[in-house]
Amino acid sequence: MLVFSVFTLVAVIFAIYLTFHRWSIIEPEKPFVGLDNYRDMVGDERFRESVLNTAYFSGVSVPASMAIGLVLALLLNLPFRMRAVFRTAFYLPVVTPFVVSAILWKWLYNGDYGLFNYYLTKGHIIDQPLLWLSDKNLAMPAVILMSVWSGVGFSMVVYLAGLQAIPQDLYESARMDGAGPLRRLWHITIPMLRPTTVFLLVLGIISSLQVFTQIFVMTNGGPVNKTTTMVYYMYLWAFKYYDMGYASTLAFALFVILLFFTAFQLRLARRADLS
Amino acid sequence: MSGVVDETPGVPAVAVVPRPAKKPREGNNQFSLRQKLLTYLVLAPMAILFLAPFAWLVSAAFQPMGEIFSSTPHWIPEHPTLAGFKGFLNVGTLTKAQQGQGHGDWRWFVNSAFVAISITVLQTFFNALCAYTFAKRNFPGRNVIFVAFLGTMMVPGQVTLIPNYLIIQHIPFFGGNDWLGNGGHGWLDSYFGLIMPGVVSAFGIFLLRQYMMSIPDQLLEAARIDGASEFRIFWSVVLPLCVPALAANAIFTFQGAWEDFFWPLIIMSSPEKITAPVGLALFVVQNRTSWTLLFAGSVIATLPMIIVFIIFQRQFVQGIAVTGVKG
Repeated sequence: MLVFSVFTLVAVIFAIYLTFHRWSIIEPEKPFVGLDNYRDMVGDERFRESVLNTAYFSGVSVPASMAIGLVLALLLNLPFRMRAVFRTAFYLPVVTPFVVSAILWKWLYNGDYGLFNYYLTKGHIIDQPLLWLSDKNLAMPAVILMSVWSGVGFSMVVYLAGLQAIPQDLYESARMDGAGPLRRLWHITIPMLRPTTVFLLVLGIISSLQVFTQIFVMTNGGPVNKTTTMVYYMYLWAFKYYDMGYASTLAFALFVILLFFTAFQLRLARRADLS
Repeated sequence: MSGVVDETPGVPAVAVVPRPAKKPREGNNQFSLRQKLLTYLVLAPMAILFLAPFAWLVSAAFQPMGEIFSSTPHWIPEHPTLAGFKGFLNVGTLTKAQQGQGHGDWRWFVNSAFVAISITVLQTFFNALCAYTFAKRNFPGRNVIFVAFLGTMMVPGQVTLIPNYLIIQHIPFFGGNDWLGNGGHGWLDSYFGLIMPGVVSAFGIFLLRQYMMSIPDQLLEAARIDGASEFRIFWSVVLPLCVPALAANAIFTFQGAWEDFFWPLIIMSSPEKITAPVGLALFVVQNRTSWTLLFAGSVIATLPMIIVFIIFQRQFVQGIAVTGVKG
């Protein structure tokens, strides 16, 4: 418990303290600067860009992996013999160490030898090889595609658990009332899965706002900052420019955003309970 | 047991007799061959797309560099080689080229295993201990402290990352530090620094506490009357009853610790002390492009996860279901 207190509770207080200082690891002086870090952050063009990039990443990757996860779960909830095999296939990327996935996809995206370019040019979908990770319009979609690939299995399993919790009598009575499969999906399955959806949405947003590993391995935040996310930007300030004070301020900005979503989740969860 | 009437073909008595509850639940009769075919048609291509990167990874790990870099990808290695694995495990002598590009290090995997196992064992134990205290002991301020614990679950790792880095750097008496924690590098670049912040998790405590709440107090009372010490009760009465929850906790902890990236990346600096994910990532970032080696290392790093997953598949899915439903 003591260890825990040191590494979380004390750490949080320490983090607040840091945001009011210009705290360089290499210099002995750690002057108090008041709100300067916060003022710098508000005027920081690159920070604003990193917030937008992060929003872009979350805004696309979270709904995409949830939608695909739901479709897979619906299909894999049907009774047929091969479903265990399929479930395992879609879940494997979740088990793979994330760094390994990122390395693997970095190669798949390779401009000269990557499998993407090879099959897309061969299928005459594109005329010439694309520079996936170094094209400023393609880099973020490429990172998102990889993240969706590795995250879909998780939403699929959670949705499967949600589907199995739905009482079957509901479907029975709907069927007797003459509701077709689509109507049953729309009026029973989707509403009954609401708590699951809320859970996945919030968990997805919270974890996607913290995206880092893919960026570090695949793009280094480039090209021209197009994939610099908030956490990557914080990492740069802390461990490349060695300004712990400013980096902590950036971390706090992230914390405030996350807090907003958590509060949002609590409200949604309460409403889901009431209905 | 379904009635004979239902089973007999050609007897249109289905609508009259209410179906036995079990049969429709299976839903087999509603699922026609055409639907089945359609499902396969949707799922099979997707599954292939999902598995193709893995297939490529495994295949490429056995391909010499020239083949990986050929203009047409080879799915089955033409000239299979173990050079990648050998380079990683430092078996045999390294070629000049391998040395020039930098080579993989088998110690990365040993480090990863050591750290992941330590964290898993310690965290499972300490989580259980804390959970037991919160679930079954009464002490002043218990609920307040518990809520404070839960509150920390909302703080993202990035906020505590920098302070923890500085705390680790200033642990007194270690790494050349004086009693005030100044002068040296503390637990930076040491396994203590890697392991200690991971030995308790609020989420794990929460899950285990919920589980322990369901153990009847009479059971503990009985043990207490028999003269068992508090630790004895925890160890021989409560823990054995919590095995499923402990297992789920341990599996997720191990998985998380094995593939953790950010924390080891920032606190470890000696090349021989880093863990496998960091080693592999730095390999890529520093443009040492021996991809045969890299893919072989990736396969080695993935194997334990796949093995753990296959053995504990049920606990994996149940664990996710438990955490998923509560949202």
